[in-house]
Amino acid sequence: MQALLAMIRKEFQQLRQDRKMIPAMIAGPVIQLIVLGFAANLDVSHIPLVLVDQDRTPASRALVDRFTGSGTFDLVGAEDTPSALDPWLVQGRAQIALVIGPGYGADVAAGRPPHLQAIADGTDSNSSGLGLGYVSQIVSGVGGELAATRLSAIGRSPGKVGQFELVPRVWYNPDLRSRWFYVPAVLAMVLMLVTMILPSMAVVKEKEIGTLEQLIVTPLRPWQILVGKLTPFVVVGMFDLVLITGLVTGLFGVPLRGSFLLLTGLTFLFLMTTLGLGLLVSSVVRTQQQAMGFCVYVLMVPMIYLSGLIFPIENMPRGFQEASRVIPVRYYANILRGIFLKGSGIDVLWPDSLALLLIGTTVLTVASLRFRKSLD
Amino acid sequence: MSLRKLWSVAWKELIQSARDPLSLGMLLGVPCMMLLLYGYALSFDVRHIRLAVQDNDKSAASRDLIASFVNSTYFDLVATPPPGTDLEKLTARRVAKAVLVIPERTSEDLAAGRPARLQLLLDGADANTASTVLGYANALVAAANVSRLAGSGGPAGGKLTLAPIVYEPRVWYNPELDSTHFLIPGLIGFILMLTAVLSTALSVVREKERGTMEQIRVTSLKPGELIVGKTLPYLGISLAATGLILVAARSLFGVAVAGSYLHLFAATLIYLIGALGFGLLISSLVDTQAMAFQLGALSSMLPAIFLSGFIFPLRSMPWPLRWISYGVPARYFNVVLRGVILKGAGLESYPQDMGFLVLYAVVVLTLAYARLSRREV
Repeated sequence: MQALLAMIRKEFQQLRQDRKMIPAMIAGPVIQLIVLGFAANLDVSHIPLVLVDQDRTPASRALVDRFTGSGTFDLVGAEDTPSALDPWLVQGRAQIALVIGPGYGADVAAGRPPHLQAIADGTDSNSSGLGLGYVSQIVSGVGGELAATRLSAIGRSPGKVGQFELVPRVWYNPDLRSRWFYVPAVLAMVLMLVTMILPSMAVVKEKEIGTLEQLIVTPLRPWQILVGKLTPFVVVGMFDLVLITGLVTGLFGVPLRGSFLLLTGLTFLFLMTTLGLGLLVSSVVRTQQQAMGFCVYVLMVPMIYLSGLIFPIENMPRGFQEASRVIPVRYYANILRGIFLKGSGIDVLWPDSLALLLIGTTVLTVASLRFRKSLD
Repeated sequence: MSLRKLWSVAWKELIQSARDPLSLGMLLGVPCMMLLLYGYALSFDVRHIRLAVQDNDKSAASRDLIASFVNSTYFDLVATPPPGTDLEKLTARRVAKAVLVIPERTSEDLAAGRPARLQLLLDGADANTASTVLGYANALVAAANVSRLAGSGGPAGGKLTLAPIVYEPRVWYNPELDSTHFLIPGLIGFILMLTAVLSTALSVVREKERGTMEQIRVTSLKPGELIVGKTLPYLGISLAATGLILVAARSLFGVAVAGSYLHLFAATLIYLIGALGFGLLISSLVDTQAMAFQLGALSSMLPAIFLSGFIFPLRSMPWPLRWISYGVPARYFNVVLRGVILKGAGLESYPQDMGFLVLYAVVVLTLAYARLSRREV
């Protein structure tokens, strides 16, 4: 036990010796959180709209007012002909162009269906899709009014026809802020950095410098070396957990509806998988550069992307959905969103916890066996 | 600056990276892997939303409405919970993303000309998906209403063709609104930033860490020769990676370069020079590879993902971040790259963005050169 404590103390000292390391392990997560928290936002507002109104009647102006008054669109310019729209869309100064052809007002007055065209810069498919959705919402609103006027003109009261009315109720995130979805994800990314990449680089560093041999000739047992090496990173990881949870709730107003104790416990399960993977990498590679590359490219990037942290798993093809089942981050993402947003308890989260436990035990066992073999 | 010396440094660096096939393989293999990920797996295009329907009315009208939801192909009917079910559990356990509740007496209300209120319960945890789902549902309900109006209207009960407004949406450059087309140019900017900054920074710091920098110092190499020589191989590797991505994007996902390859190459070269310079700058600031990685990842990778418009639109960000994003070269590169690849535009359409890229490269290289030569590298 004393030997273990001494080993842990040595590791902490070593970590402190590189004086820039500890600030980096704390400042890094904070910067990451602030950037992601404020930047990761797929909500679409202030869509720049360029207008071609060839009609210039009260009816067309009323239609334009509906767009500018919606709060979703910013009118950034007007052109006389559709052919002048090209530079607006090529340079990205406008995302959507609305074209009201000549005869719009005359059609409305005569009760004929008027024509309307919207052109979207499809490069940003997500924003354009949502933007066109807003356009058609406004258009169908105006169209409904026109239809009602026309019906009453031919002597039928539109009130006689029962209409559906959709009353949406959004759970967990009533204002539909996409920030609430992304901010808890930072925790998973930071923990991967601190408890997977950095430990694997630390172990490889000893190999590189040759000090691992010196450790082997000490009376320390392999598992003591292992625990000693990993403990500081677990401590920093747990510190990051508290820090980030504080910022997530305090700075970004994301609710923590579930229990923090449960979050801490399940985070330990997640750390088993990250530490195990980091250790496994360190037994495969020879240099720190390789360790870094392996961890970032082969593990972290695919795990972040395929886990549903950013891109929803439901949108993936079947094969990828199945493949994502071996990724521990997938389960941790469910746990994070469950505890933060939905207030879920272990009665809902047990399948995810069990999966983490299974993956964690397997990876950690394989990794320690390989580590011991490399010491013998 | 002697070309011969330059070449020998570059050659040494190339041999060194060739001796490390794992790292070299990663420099070339990773872009391909990310491309496959983005092309095949990742998408914001919402389809097959798991929908639960609680039909308390069980009338022809309610069945028609449900059928229109299912037939739209946006929704998959996964459950029909009986009255009294705890609907919130359905979303908490992620059985369903949305629950449509059709109340009793819906058909009676409709027949009497009263509005019938439908309830749509949404799992808002993923706000982007939820907004899209809400949009689909609104459109479906609006369509159902229009057809009800049309069915009822007209003299003597005859059907009235009612098209309120003939609305033609058109999408340029990416008619299918396929997110792959959006993501691939951004992906090139991101990967180049990552490989160029990190591999240069680590390769210089490695020499510091192992003490071989001292050995280089006593040779007759000038700082400029060393810097250029060390970065040249990575410039080559990064350009090769770009080519690889373009070929794969075209053959696998049909994303072809609509504009000129020459313009594409010129923009990429300028961007890469800036990125390599930034890697050198980082290497002059830190002493260990672990630190170089941390600093490099934080200052290049993070902004290249989040502050460049790669995934998240810059317009929706608060102004402080938008201001910071003006200092992120990937921001300008993405605009230019999307223009050249998707819109078929030339560099002349983006004088400001190109200007910033050149400015960035000059500033960063000057700083890196000043720092590295002061330390008498």
